[in-house]
Amino acid sequence: MMAKPTIITESSPALEAEEAPVTKKSPVAGPLGWADDRLGLAKLGRGNLRKVFPDHWSFLLGEVALYSFVILLLTGVFLTIWYKPSMAEIEYAGSYQLMKGIPMSEALSSTLNISFDVRGGLLVRQIHHWAALLFVAAAFVHMLRVFFTGAFRKPREVNWLIGVGLLSMSLIAGFAGYSLPDDLLSGTGLRFVDGLIRSIPIIGTWAEFFVFGGQFPGDIIIPRLYMVHILLVPGLLLGLISAHLALVVYHKHTQYPGPGRTENNVVGYPLFPVYMAKAGGFFFVVFGLLVLMGGLFQINPVWLYGPYDPAKITAGSQPDWYMGFVEGAIRIVPNWETHIWGTTWSWNVFVPGLGMMGLLFGLLAAWPFVEAWLTGDKREHHVLDRPRNVPTRTALGVAGITAFSLFMIGGGNDIIATRFRLDLNAITLFLRVAVFVLPVIAFLITRRVCIGLQRADKERVLHGSESGIISRAPDGGYSEPHLPISVDEQYTLTSHLQHAVLEAGPTADENGIRIKQKVSPLRARLSRWFLEHDAAKPTAAELEEAASHGVGGVREIEAAEARALEESSNR
Amino acid sequence: MNFLSKRRRHAAARPLLLLLALLVVGVGYSVVSPQQTSADTDMSQQVEEGKALFNVSCSSCHGLNGEGTTQGPSLIGVGTASVNFQVATGRMPAARPEAQIPARTPLYSAEQVNALAAYISTWGAGVESPKESQYSPEGLSAEEIARGGALFRANCSACHGIVGGGGALPGGKYAPSLLETANIHVWEAMRTGPQQMPVFSKDVISDDDAREIIGYLNEAHSQPTFGGLGMGENGPVSEGFWVFIFGIGGLALIATWIAKKGARAR
Repeated sequence: MMAKPTIITESSPALEAEEAPVTKKSPVAGPLGWADDRLGLAKLGRGNLRKVFPDHWSFLLGEVALYSFVILLLTGVFLTIWYKPSMAEIEYAGSYQLMKGIPMSEALSSTLNISFDVRGGLLVRQIHHWAALLFVAAAFVHMLRVFFTGAFRKPREVNWLIGVGLLSMSLIAGFAGYSLPDDLLSGTGLRFVDGLIRSIPIIGTWAEFFVFGGQFPGDIIIPRLYMVHILLVPGLLLGLISAHLALVVYHKHTQYPGPGRTENNVVGYPLFPVYMAKAGGFFFVVFGLLVLMGGLFQINPVWLYGPYDPAKITAGSQPDWYMGFVEGAIRIVPNWETHIWGTTWSWNVFVPGLGMMGLLFGLLAAWPFVEAWLTGDKREHHVLDRPRNVPTRTALGVAGITAFSLFMIGGGNDIIATRFRLDLNAITLFLRVAVFVLPVIAFLITRRVCIGLQRADKERVLHGSESGIISRAPDGGYSEPHLPISVDEQYTLTSHLQHAVLEAGPTADENGIRIKQKVSPLRARLSRWFLEHDAAKPTAAELEEAASHGVGGVREIEAAEARALEESSNR
Repeated sequence: MNFLSKRRRHAAARPLLLLLALLVVGVGYSVVSPQQTSADTDMSQQVEEGKALFNVSCSSCHGLNGEGTTQGPSLIGVGTASVNFQVATGRMPAARPEAQIPARTPLYSAEQVNALAAYISTWGAGVESPKESQYSPEGLSAEEIARGGALFRANCSACHGIVGGGGALPGGKYAPSLLETANIHVWEAMRTGPQQMPVFSKDVISDDDAREIIGYLNEAHSQPTFGGLGMGENGPVSEGFWVFIFGIGGLALIATWIAKKGARAR
């Protein structure tokens, strides 16, 4: 008997007859309303569709990677329809004459069929491969943008780590795909990885047997890599990309410094309709470019390479570009090997091979935390750094790119030797020294350039921009008056933070009792190395002082113009 | 008879008899003596010509009698195939000593090459230049040409690259590209092993195998580049290069254009 009594009302909107609305309804309103009633999209969309994104070309690099991934999924589905992940040996009976009757695995035979007998197969295969190269390239370049602008700082460290995970997954996906055709080139790549696995001390041989299901190459690695390539890694990539994007939405997008831009707002256009159109259009641009590349440029001509056979190797074997740095490191390392109690410790493969990848991903993953430790910065950052304003970080990035590129050159040393008529050994010797020396030189030059740019900024803020008018004083001296820059530009050039160098904390309190140092001497020293080169940005006092004679600069110009006018009228 | 006996004391009789005797002896000798054909006289001329060429262009490095010096190897017993390969591809005479002598426009005509080969062969025989039937890929079936490809990948591509585009070797040496190499020179290189190349004798690669390999090379080099432009044909190296130029470079330009475009209010 606890039931509520029925509420009786005099009138209810439901009871009153209403006239049908006369306003014209959009033709999609019906279906959208139907969907909204069931999925509640309008509520979700209300906030998110108006989400604001800032405009800058470099913010579209990540989108290139995302779109390449979508194109990879689309073309990959087509390829799986025809590809057979089997190492069973058959005689090729397709239409490519130069392989007629050659024994090969079903994997290669089906890849040749895709290339020569499936309508549009070669085009889709080539789009897929170009998209894979572009995916990894765009991911690298996007990551460099994030690094150089400091977009990895709090609160985005976790998203940076997800990005590092995405990058490593994309390398694995790319490598697995490279191996699937089972031609001579991909088999050589597999043999390379087989060597890497075996170079792991103690467990190497066991790990090889685990991965290959016995001795290399066995007959199971292609089906396993197929699973990795079309299920495991794409699944992980999808999950990580979702998390990556969800965090972008949650953190909101970063923006470059500029007038009206603060740590508490985002200046840009809303997702709907502006970014919907821009990003949607850009997807088709990326797709179009990849179709053009797939249609016009040959990539990985498996039919030339022929079937893989562990006894065969071809000159000019290279991995796809993103594994080139590992290949290069292995090619240039001296032949170091240790034999202890009947075991072989193959440093020449283990250290450069696995060491390189460990070093790259380890440094990348650690950097946001290392930098926060060096600057002692615990604030949130939504406004990006201009690369010049963090000279040491920018210089480190350029040094990293230099080292990566040099190792990549090592990976293509034979191509460089034949194409440029150079001595293969000379290239190797050069690189052995250069991979250590050139990054240091690049570091020093970049830091110097950054400091120079900082000083130029300061000069511009304090003394304005050059007017291009040279005036000669009565005593014969020449000078160029400067025009003051806008307040907006002054703000853009001075809004960045400059961290104070961390000083080592006291080892004892005021009573002389030993306490734990807050900042260790080592941290203080590294902090000094990281921060001390910053050219100090102009202070408020300097700005005021400059402003007082900055106007004079304009007066000088006006006076010079008046003089010029006078002279011309005198003539 | 009267006619002759009447004139046997004639003043011209003795000279005429002498002429007759010379004629008989001459004709008789020419019948009995070993046949010296016209070819032999040509050959000796050819050898002479070859010797002249050799002394001018080759002897400073290979020695006046082909015995070799510190600058060049001995040519005794190298065979006409070797001479033909080295001279007809323009490798010899070399312009200068270097890590590897490159192929150039040949300096000598086919006749001069034969003359040199003939002269060098006088020191000792070696691998003979092949007859056309030994290297010509005429009449091979598609399967045999495909088999030539398998042989090429097993024996040649480790140095010459996957379809003979060439490859690097240590110390500034290289396996040259085979794209422009004539069939006969491919055969001769296999048999004589010039410069860095090992010898592939008839026991390893029979003449039929050699024909299949040559047939494969001809076929592989004459087929169209399926899938579009080769873009330098350096495998993944050039592919990676172009993905940064066209892919990243092109899209960065388009991204700049897209980011520059503001939204227009309606």
